[in-house]
Amino acid sequence: MLVVLLLAGSVWLARVVSRDRFWRENASQLWRRRPIALITLALFVGIGLMDSIGWVGGGTPGDDDVAALRSRTLIDRLFQPERITESSYSAPLASVSFYGGQPLTHPGRHLLGTDILGRDVVYRTAKGVRVALLIGGFTSLIVIPIALLFGVSAGYFGKRIDDAVFFLMTVLASVPSLLLLIALVMVMGRGTLQVCVALGITGWVHFCRIARGETLKLREAEFVDAARALGVSDLTIIRRHVLPNIAHLIIITFALSFTGLVLAETILSYLGIGLEGSWGQMIDQARNELSRTPIIWWNLTGASLGLFALVLAVNMIADALRDIIDPRTRREGQ
Amino acid sequence: MAAYLIRRTIYGLFTVLGVLLLLFVLFFAVTDPDDIARKAVGERARPEVYALWKKNHGYDRPLLLNRAYAAADSRRYSDTLLFDHYRRMLTFDFGNSDADDSAIARRLKEGMGPSLSLTVPLFALGLVVSVLLALFVAFFRETYIDRAVLVLCMLTMSIASLLYIIGGQYLIGMLLKWFPISGFAFDPYLAGRFLALPVLVGVVAGIGADVRLYRTIFVEESNRDYVRTARAKGCGEARVMLAHVLRNALIPILSNIVITIPFLFTGALLLESFFGIPGLGSLTVEAIQGNDFSTLRTMVYLGALLFIAGQILTDVSYALADPRVRLT
Repeated sequence: MLVVLLLAGSVWLARVVSRDRFWRENASQLWRRRPIALITLALFVGIGLMDSIGWVGGGTPGDDDVAALRSRTLIDRLFQPERITESSYSAPLASVSFYGGQPLTHPGRHLLGTDILGRDVVYRTAKGVRVALLIGGFTSLIVIPIALLFGVSAGYFGKRIDDAVFFLMTVLASVPSLLLLIALVMVMGRGTLQVCVALGITGWVHFCRIARGETLKLREAEFVDAARALGVSDLTIIRRHVLPNIAHLIIITFALSFTGLVLAETILSYLGIGLEGSWGQMIDQARNELSRTPIIWWNLTGASLGLFALVLAVNMIADALRDIIDPRTRREGQ
Repeated sequence: MAAYLIRRTIYGLFTVLGVLLLLFVLFFAVTDPDDIARKAVGERARPEVYALWKKNHGYDRPLLLNRAYAAADSRRYSDTLLFDHYRRMLTFDFGNSDADDSAIARRLKEGMGPSLSLTVPLFALGLVVSVLLALFVAFFRETYIDRAVLVLCMLTMSIASLLYIIGGQYLIGMLLKWFPISGFAFDPYLAGRFLALPVLVGVVAGIGADVRLYRTIFVEESNRDYVRTARAKGCGEARVMLAHVLRNALIPILSNIVITIPFLFTGALLLESFFGIPGLGSLTVEAIQGNDFSTLRTMVYLGALLFIAGQILTDVSYALADPRVRLT
């Protein structure tokens, strides 16, 4: 369901981008500046999509009934976790188990070893991709429409609406975001949807402030005045003249907030209120393994590398986007 | 100025009332007191135990309207959770913890010292290092040094703070054995040894974003007309940067600083809990793990209160530092 929605959204976005000259040029410039970051991001999105498409059946012979009845995604089918699970820790590419030295069922197949329950670390890292994208992407999907609705209507209509929205923003912004996040998750309970909603409420203010500020400026613009003089209705003005002119800011803010959300989730995981199967949880579980002798480092490495690569890629893209789109920095560069 | 200050303070007070309403909705309406009581005394507790716990912690009254009183009686509105919540928070009467019945005010007082002894050096050192580094980078702007430092900043920004702490404890605490891995002492010398590692980790973890922000400010300032005038007068580049640019850039930097002041009190959550510092951050983490809603509520309220005060302070200090800003 969500996958279909996302795919439809990206197809629509691709059509808009290819139609409009401004967006087409920016997209090609982004590709020229940050090819590696874009490829990395595409890779992550690909893994996330593969992990979202699943169906029941096709279990391998020898599975118990429960495993055979569960819906398994493409990633599950690729890695076949039921078949490659060991009994406990094993070092990367080792052929014997870490403690005791018994031969493994699959010697040399675990690129990053296995964790305490014998699960393959590469597989767990791959499963974490979808969770991370869900945290950043799904949350923004909830937040952006709401923030746009509030921010644009506050900026455009002004007066009472603006006062009310501005007060709401001030109140939410005055609570330190980490504390607000914790309070929300504590109050609503622990779960994927709850954490995403909590992250959304915390991040909403930022979007809303930008949308409101930019709309305030646009309201005074000559082309908006002209449209109003021609008798165009408010809704049409917002749709045709205001929204396209703040779209670039929303995209930049989205990219910046994405990394913030993914990093914030690791803190929630440490506090025990994170998402199931996230990289934050992997890091949290692996954090005491460094003090073992001989040390177990591979468990921490998988999640850290995944997290680092994703956040760095999005950070780089956001940075480049800002340089390309923001006219102020563009002038500076010349 | 005085009129502005008064108006700003009144708006701040309204914001505080708004924050309290938000907290009320979250902690009394979304999780109702029954949930809190059930988590505190356990699922299988007898109804009497459960009712007694609610009575002892003041959760036994209705939310908005107490129908036990007649319509004309003002206690119909005052003997409710909403009124009580506002009265107690505004008079700083925080009551007892939901988890272990200790007085929250006393625990706040105990936690303040350790928290401040971590966050104040962290804040001061972080500020000095990032401003100096940003100044250095701005001095070499558009060169390879500038590029290299910016890339480095981007890399450090992409690492989760959890990893900095784990890595710092492992590398410096376990392998090099320069400082103890965790702990706290009130003796100044020992406290210094215990706090060195968390301060170091905190500075490194936060430096990337700050350097980038301050560099942008410095570069923006150094394109101004007065900088050209200074160069035309024959000022050296070092004097231009240190005497002219730094002085003017301090104003935007100031606003970034004052915003971070509330975090000095709420404490560095992760750092304190990882390094075993018994401050307010640890108190919050304990409250989360122990389902201690009243302590958490108090911490959120105090954090917001300090933030609002900090914002008023920022606006005022803006006017004091920059003669062009006029408050009306």
